[in-house]
Amino acid sequence: MIQVDKLSKVFGSYRAVDDISFEVGQGEILGFLGPNGAGKSTTMKMITCFLPPTSGTAKVCGYDILENSIQVRENIGYLPESAPSYHEMLVEEFLRFTGEVRGLSGNDLQKHVDRVLEQTALQDVKDQLIDTLSKGYRQRTCLAQSLLSDPPVLILDEPTDGLDPNQKHEVRTLIKRISEKRTILVSTHILEEVEAVCSRAIIIAKGKIVADGTPNQLLARSSYHNAISLRVKSLESESLLAKLQQIANVQTVQLLDAGKNDTASFQLFPQQGKSILNEVEQFIQNERLHVEQLYSEKGRLDEVFRKVTLNV
Amino acid sequence: MKGLMPIFKRELRAYFYSPVAYVFIIIFLVSNVGCTFLLGNFYRANQASLETFFLFHPWLYLILIPAVGMRLWSEERRSGTVELLLTFPVTLTTVVMSKFLAAWTFIAIALFLTFPMIFTVHYLGDADNGPIISGYLGSLLMAGAYLAITSCTSALTKNQVISFILSVVICLVLVLLGWGVLSNILNSWFPVWISDLIAQFSFTTHFNALRRGVVDLRDLIYFASVIVFMLMVNVVILDSHKAL
Repeated sequence: MIQVDKLSKVFGSYRAVDDISFEVGQGEILGFLGPNGAGKSTTMKMITCFLPPTSGTAKVCGYDILENSIQVRENIGYLPESAPSYHEMLVEEFLRFTGEVRGLSGNDLQKHVDRVLEQTALQDVKDQLIDTLSKGYRQRTCLAQSLLSDPPVLILDEPTDGLDPNQKHEVRTLIKRISEKRTILVSTHILEEVEAVCSRAIIIAKGKIVADGTPNQLLARSSYHNAISLRVKSLESESLLAKLQQIANVQTVQLLDAGKNDTASFQLFPQQGKSILNEVEQFIQNERLHVEQLYSEKGRLDEVFRKVTLNV
Repeated sequence: MKGLMPIFKRELRAYFYSPVAYVFIIIFLVSNVGCTFLLGNFYRANQASLETFFLFHPWLYLILIPAVGMRLWSEERRSGTVELLLTFPVTLTTVVMSKFLAAWTFIAIALFLTFPMIFTVHYLGDADNGPIISGYLGSLLMAGAYLAITSCTSALTKNQVISFILSVVICLVLVLLGWGVLSNILNSWFPVWISDLIAQFSFTTHFNALRRGVVDLRDLIYFASVIVFMLMVNVVILDSHKAL
């Protein structure tokens, strides 16, 4: 549904987006990750035909952003980064306006407006001036605008920015719910969001793609992937540390915390991300250790994120 | 031209959301009438015509029109709504035209509200309607030309004040080029045909004929072409600098 082909954007001597190519298929929720200034917003602005690319192009629903800009925009619902709206308008009035511009009218328009008001839980404030709303409500008003014409492609630039945890949860649930039959490109720098919402994630840094995969694939790149956290009752943490290092497939063991309440905490890192749960279990049984806590990690996205974005 | 009406309606309504519109209309009417009667010595002229009324329009518009138009694009840029507006499935030309037409309509409303002046001259004497109609036509067209320039300068900046000052300066130059005093100076420097040519670029030169009741197609074309040209420049500015 979205095909980005060697897209680049240069501002003066600064390459904001550097030769990016990727595809997003139907039903996919692609998380667009990256540090601030990585080029996420710029890429989105080019796909929505707001900024012209310096070179390269993109296609949305088969329409080229350079040649069929109007058709591209017809197929996209867009939530810009700052979630702008006309503050002097009422919520419903604003939504009706954006619907009219998109060619809706009469009953059809009202039906769509009512639907998005419900989807974004804005019914209670629909007769309020946008200016008087809190940031979370404004954010949702602009999000509602992007859903209005029921577009097949949604481009959301940091949709949960400035929301409280409850609202974040609601927006994520909403995104998941509407993702069926739709293509969603969502940018964020909140990593938990990717695990919660996205079916695939792309990490970009300095305008280049540095990682591309499902959240699980990305997690597998973490050194914490399949690492085991262990807390046991023990008075001889040092000798236990040496023994733990002997377990098969264990790369390194870190002593995190020793002595408190006669317990010791360890972090066991496996070789090449192998699962070592069975070996550790065996070891615990053999040594007759009294386990207080034991869990295996899937990996840490923030660590992967740092690893791939800092070395560009 | 899909999307023209919704944007036009929103834009026109936006003027009336705040008291600014009413304040503007009052200032527009007071300054127009004030100039006519106090500066223009309307009664002493002893003529049942609106010539003195229209005489001050080029000068009044110099301040009033940029005040109406300065927010057109600057405000969209400041609040970021420009990103929303320009990613709707509507052509840039349509957006520029809808916004321009809305502001022009607002000015037309203010101008229309000066209609008691027409009754006044009819009450005072046997007024000729021809020059009144052509005067209003000229005034509206001239306002459109001022506004197109303001719309352009407004697209250049996020700051309404800068946009206001820029458009006042540009319009001032266009007014002054046809000002009698300046023409005399130019006449002493250049051959007549050059100073005439320079004066042809001025709003005042073309407005004066319409003000006196002479409807020359060339004057109408002049104003129309200023409007069209400035709006085209407006589109180009936005197209090349959507984000500032």
